[in-house]
Amino acid sequence: MEFLKAFLFGGFICLIAQILLDKTKLSSGRILVFYVCIGCILGGMGIYKHLVDLFGAGATTPLTGFGYNLAKGVIEEVDKIGAFGIVTGGLRAAAGGLSVAVITSFICAIIFEPKEK
Amino acid sequence: MDDKKYSSYVDKITPNSPTVKNCIKAFVSGGFICVISQFINGIFISKGYTIDQSALLANSVLIVITGILTGLGLFSKIGYFCGAGTFVPITGFANSMVSTSIEFKKEGLIFGLGAKMFTLAGPVVVYGTLTSVLVGIIYYFFGGGSVNV
Repeated sequence: MEFLKAFLFGGFICLIAQILLDKTKLSSGRILVFYVCIGCILGGMGIYKHLVDLFGAGATTPLTGFGYNLAKGVIEEVDKIGAFGIVTGGLRAAAGGLSVAVITSFICAIIFEPKEK
Repeated sequence: MDDKKYSSYVDKITPNSPTVKNCIKAFVSGGFICVISQFINGIFISKGYTIDQSALLANSVLIVITGILTGLGLFSKIGYFCGAGTFVPITGFANSMVSTSIEFKKEGLIFGLGAKMFTLAGPVVVYGTLTSVLVGIIYYFFGGGSVNV
């Protein structure tokens, strides 16, 4: 059941992006930026948490989940240490994923050669 | 005109709708990636990691898989077929970083690899951070422990 829920919601988020991509002039980069901001705002409003509880990885895997993570980090940090949390919370919460992505990119760039186009 | 002829005639004059096809591909492939993520997530949760740790570990596994597929030149083929299904999940974020790193390493490790790695991921991090700061400011002044994240 949790797999079906993850599939449906994750698929739904991608479907919206595909419609935006095909029907508007938004490029994929703009859609990703838009998604992160939406995820962050919904996270700050306490809405995205319910989506994560309901749909699990269906909500955390798309980039909106990255935005949610930022909002979650900032709010938890503000609760813990006050105003300083405004500037430390977001990136602290995102640090794990970002670092893994940077390490992976670096190692892959060392190992692999660019493909001829 | 019998049914068969009629339907082939309809098929011929109806313009192809790539949008519908693209949407189905995006839906199925995007959903599939989330199912994989959910599956990996479950493994880590059963090993006793917290929900946050498991989500990070699941995303990390996807990032590494994406990195390898990108390096082998397979991801661009999958991505071309799946459209938004692969670029909206964390795989797209990882792919944008890995592919530009590989492509621009010949321009040097600092201003090639190091700078171009964030060609697409940069805007995401920048605007994500700005939004999170905004959320933090609003929460600090008006939220006061009322939002349960």
